[in-house]
Amino acid sequence: MSVAKSLPHDAARLHVTGAARYTDDIPTPPGTLHLAFGTSKIAAGTLRSMQLDQVKDAPGVIDVLTAADLPNDCDVSPSAHDEPLLAKGRVHYAGQPLFMVIASSHLAARHAARLAEVEIDADAPILTIEDALAANARFEEGPRIYQKGDADAALARAGQTLTGRIAMGGQEHFYLEGQAAVALPQEAGDMIIHSSTQHPTEIQHKVAHAIGRPMHAVRVETRRMGGGFGGKESQGNALAVACAVAAMRTGKPCKMRYDRDDDMMITGKRHDFRIDYTVGFDPDGRITALDFTHYTRCGWAQDLSLPVADRAMLHSDNAYHLENIRITSHRLKTNMQSATAFRGFGGPQGVVGIEKVMDHIAQHLGLDPLAVRRVNYYADMTAPDMDRADIQTTPYHQRVTDCIINALTDRLSQSADYTARRDKIAAWNAANPLLKRGIAITPVKFGISFTLTHLNQAGALVHVYQDGSIHLNHGGTEMGQGLFLKVAQVAAARFGVPLDAVKITATDTAKVPNTSATAASSGSDLNGMAVQNACDEIIARMTAHLAERYQTHDIRFADGMVRIGDTEISFAQAAMQAYENRISLSATGFYKTPDIEWDRIAGRGQPFYYFAYGAACTEVVIDTLTGENRILRTDILHDAGASLNPAIDIGQIEGGYVQGAGWLTTEELVWNDKAVLKTHAPSTYKIPACSDRPDIFNVALWDQPNPAQTIYRSKAVGEPPFMLGISAFAALSDAVAACGPAYGDLQAPATAQAVLAAVGRAQGRTKPCA
Amino acid sequence: MDVTFLLNGTQVFLTDISPTTTLLDWLREERQLTGTKEGCNEGDCGACTVMISDADGSRALNGCILFLPQVQGKHVTTVEGIAAPDGTLHPAQTAMIDHHASQCGFCTPGIVVSMATAHLNGATDHDTQLAGNLCRCTGYAPIIRAAAQTARQDVPDHLLFLAKNTSSPQMPHAQTAGSNCFQPQDQDALAAWYLDHPDATLIAGATDVGLWVTKQFRDLGPVAFLNQCDDLRGVTETDSDIHIKAMTTMTDVEVALAPHHPSFAAMIRRYGSVQVRNAATIGGNIANGSPIGDSPPALIALGASLHLRRGDIRRSLPLEDFFIAYGTQDRHPGEFVEAVSIPKQRDSLRCYKLSKRFDQDISAVCGCLTMTGDGKTITDARLAYGGMAGTPKRAAHAEAALIGQPWSEQTMRRAMAAMAEDFQPLSDMRASAAYRLETAQNMILRYFHEASGLATDIHQVTS
Repeated sequence: MSVAKSLPHDAARLHVTGAARYTDDIPTPPGTLHLAFGTSKIAAGTLRSMQLDQVKDAPGVIDVLTAADLPNDCDVSPSAHDEPLLAKGRVHYAGQPLFMVIASSHLAARHAARLAEVEIDADAPILTIEDALAANARFEEGPRIYQKGDADAALARAGQTLTGRIAMGGQEHFYLEGQAAVALPQEAGDMIIHSSTQHPTEIQHKVAHAIGRPMHAVRVETRRMGGGFGGKESQGNALAVACAVAAMRTGKPCKMRYDRDDDMMITGKRHDFRIDYTVGFDPDGRITALDFTHYTRCGWAQDLSLPVADRAMLHSDNAYHLENIRITSHRLKTNMQSATAFRGFGGPQGVVGIEKVMDHIAQHLGLDPLAVRRVNYYADMTAPDMDRADIQTTPYHQRVTDCIINALTDRLSQSADYTARRDKIAAWNAANPLLKRGIAITPVKFGISFTLTHLNQAGALVHVYQDGSIHLNHGGTEMGQGLFLKVAQVAAARFGVPLDAVKITATDTAKVPNTSATAASSGSDLNGMAVQNACDEIIARMTAHLAERYQTHDIRFADGMVRIGDTEISFAQAAMQAYENRISLSATGFYKTPDIEWDRIAGRGQPFYYFAYGAACTEVVIDTLTGENRILRTDILHDAGASLNPAIDIGQIEGGYVQGAGWLTTEELVWNDKAVLKTHAPSTYKIPACSDRPDIFNVALWDQPNPAQTIYRSKAVGEPPFMLGISAFAALSDAVAACGPAYGDLQAPATAQAVLAAVGRAQGRTKPCA
Repeated sequence: MDVTFLLNGTQVFLTDISPTTTLLDWLREERQLTGTKEGCNEGDCGACTVMISDADGSRALNGCILFLPQVQGKHVTTVEGIAAPDGTLHPAQTAMIDHHASQCGFCTPGIVVSMATAHLNGATDHDTQLAGNLCRCTGYAPIIRAAAQTARQDVPDHLLFLAKNTSSPQMPHAQTAGSNCFQPQDQDALAAWYLDHPDATLIAGATDVGLWVTKQFRDLGPVAFLNQCDDLRGVTETDSDIHIKAMTTMTDVEVALAPHHPSFAAMIRRYGSVQVRNAATIGGNIANGSPIGDSPPALIALGASLHLRRGDIRRSLPLEDFFIAYGTQDRHPGEFVEAVSIPKQRDSLRCYKLSKRFDQDISAVCGCLTMTGDGKTITDARLAYGGMAGTPKRAAHAEAALIGQPWSEQTMRRAMAAMAEDFQPLSDMRASAAYRLETAQNMILRYFHEASGLATDIHQVTS
């Protein structure tokens, strides 16, 4: 069987030799033109005039288009039709595309785009949460509220209460490959698009709208992305639409890729959040009442902000049962890049909120934060009382039936030697006045399924050729997560052939239509099942034919052979026999996730098919003179169900952890008071570098299959490990707590500056956070 | 101008190129060698890493900010040239596959080239060798496992000739003179040309000037590439001085200073990345006048002198006097930095570089402190800071509060208080003014406690 094996990434050899082609590497026909956007330097205002003569006269420039030159608004929004490709009248953020240059080279286009004289009547931008609340600038008519039990009444009768706040920054995706697209005009006005996108169908839809053709006239192909992380779910639309429009206008192939600074100025990032809370609890730290208020800055356009903010609410409980809970969510409209999908899709922000509450309670009560976490955990699926609704229902009224977090935490705290190390660290801290160490275990419970229920579907197309080789296609996209490999492993396992008999092919809207974005960790769950169904359809046809021909029902596909009773033929022979007997060897497959339904307005239902679990133990050290900090050791135990490919899954876990820890430590987005992003390059925006990974980094997989009927009982693994990085933040909070008796109230990202501020509060030298 | 070099073993002759064409753009657009990637176009991500070799050996460099004239006469090895000609993978490539160390694969070619270069040079400090290669997918752990596996393998035969002292490509001298572009062979030629072209841009390592081109589209005017001026490169020592010529790369400065001032060398190890330090020069780091360059505060704390040349006229001045104000240095038209010299002294220098990320980040504050004394009383102190003012600057009030005072925490705290008179730093995306001042002050305390033997360095702590 090819599943459950640690096979290397299908493109690994191409990666290491430089032969793997990304969108900008695809050879283009002679005469290909290149595009660049001219962007606004002003965050809010009215566009008065654009003097573009110098742009048009610049060397290599073929044409310059403004909104007035477009065939329609060329909307590039994935949701609310509120993102015209080029600004019209109003300017909404610094970085917004105002015009596009079509030139003979990438450099010529970029250079010319700087030469415009743009006149904008600037308004005061809406930048802060306070600005937006004061202006009532928001998406949806008011805050969204989910609740269970009676938070107010429970708070009123709670033994103790605490009030607090956690601010957390956004996050730049920093996919190493910037956004890119190519449009190749075809006969009769058809268009072929190569796009670095997680969502080829949406690219197809947006391009078709822009060029005024049905979707059938547009074919989108995506072989691979150089990283996505959610940043290519909707943010590639603008480039593909611009290329298509320019290609239609000029009749030439057109290509666009963002320079890194442009990419960071134009595209959306993770939503930043502020979460205010009031929590009631008993002397053991058991939460009896909780009132959360989420504020998130969504930027100028709606994009995916509503489901992101919803998912933050849906993860307000993380792994904890909250009997009386209210979550109020404000989705604020600000003059910034339109915040978008990013690994976890709001979930991490919700989880940070509740983990902050746990640490706050623990420090207040003088308890080990892990003890507080554990008294609040949902019961494991093996617990005798796990059917009791009063200990096992989420704030959105879904029953938690697959919980393993208690057992998983037990095993992790043992393998990481948590208790003994906690004591050792306390002793070390007592002997070291300037440096302080901290340790923390935090859990993850992450809901798997798109919350927009209809997206939980996938298609596949499988061909078996007469020589027994297999062509595999499905709706998922490859961004490095190993989806293509995992799905190929499924196909090889179904046919009982070696992996190299299966040809992995580029995602193509002409092969599998109406696909969902490769997002929400759903890729292998959905596409793996669709491929399995397609393969099984072909196997059923082959089996029926072989059964008739050999007069036996004892037919098995394994090891590249087909065993038919006492006869054994190769898979290739079986394929040839089927072909010669006019058996169709091509099938589509389809899958939709069962058992889910969700009312996002009421906040009730079963949005998730199942949950993925994990926990991480992180140890850190901080410098109390500078706030500098470092991760010393991390131990992770993560639940990938019955893993389709343990090596790939461990790679997702290691990478997700470091990316999550980066979000909460060194990665800081800074907008100035004019709402202009100042951190728009790797010189100023610092993702983790090599030495930022933990010195000691132990990662293990939980060894139980998924109780839900997923593909080979595996679990989704793309997003959940990102939240393991929260243990680094909790460990930093623990180190801060060792600096003094007061509450340090560490805020995120925990840059050196933020850590030093928290040390000051812990030592009572500076006043508490507002 | 014309440029000639060896590309993956094949000779390349280019005529009439634009001198500010980057190697990356040329590889991708003219040669369709698309294995070398553009990730940031400013030398911060390493996706464009190439191996450049000459008689001094092989170095990893960022192709995105490397102009074609800088590879004149050298071997250029791209990711396409790392495997053997028969397709046998390099040990680094095999190890990357074995350890599942590529996910999206976009950073991978740069990582493979960095790894192969480090392997060729016998370097096993993997975190340092790979600090300039960002990966957003893997979390680096498998990459380091791959590097460790590679280190146990032999250098493949086809790359052995690129090791130090074994190669010197025989190539004709390219036509390098032109009215707007000059590639002098020695500093006399530079001095004469620069007198005639005082508005020219001098290009040493191009780690800063490269961005003027790739990001700002600045017109550089006439340019001179200094990389052929061998007599502007190297470190010499006398009984009294360490003399560092301007074109000495930061890589070589680190090696030269490690025996004398290990803290300085340790800070240089965090200056940019391997790729940046292999290109960047100490002269460039001084001459561009940045208030956040890392070598000036250390050099000022050591009492370094700067040596300038204009035509045949040479002069020297204390380095700290060179920095007049933000954007203004004491350098005359046509005058260039020839060298910097450090007086030999008992080492008491500690360099504290504060940045959001430990490796490869620009300093929010860079404090370089020396204190000398007789065991009880502080007889001299030099506290030089970057990031605290429009120029690299000494903390005169804090120094005055130290000199002549007893070596005690109380003295340190008085100096810290006095420092408030020295600096009014700015708030920006790297840090707030208050954080800058507080940490600059705390560096005095750190210096004191470090000397007293207390644990002050988070990088010395293990789990």
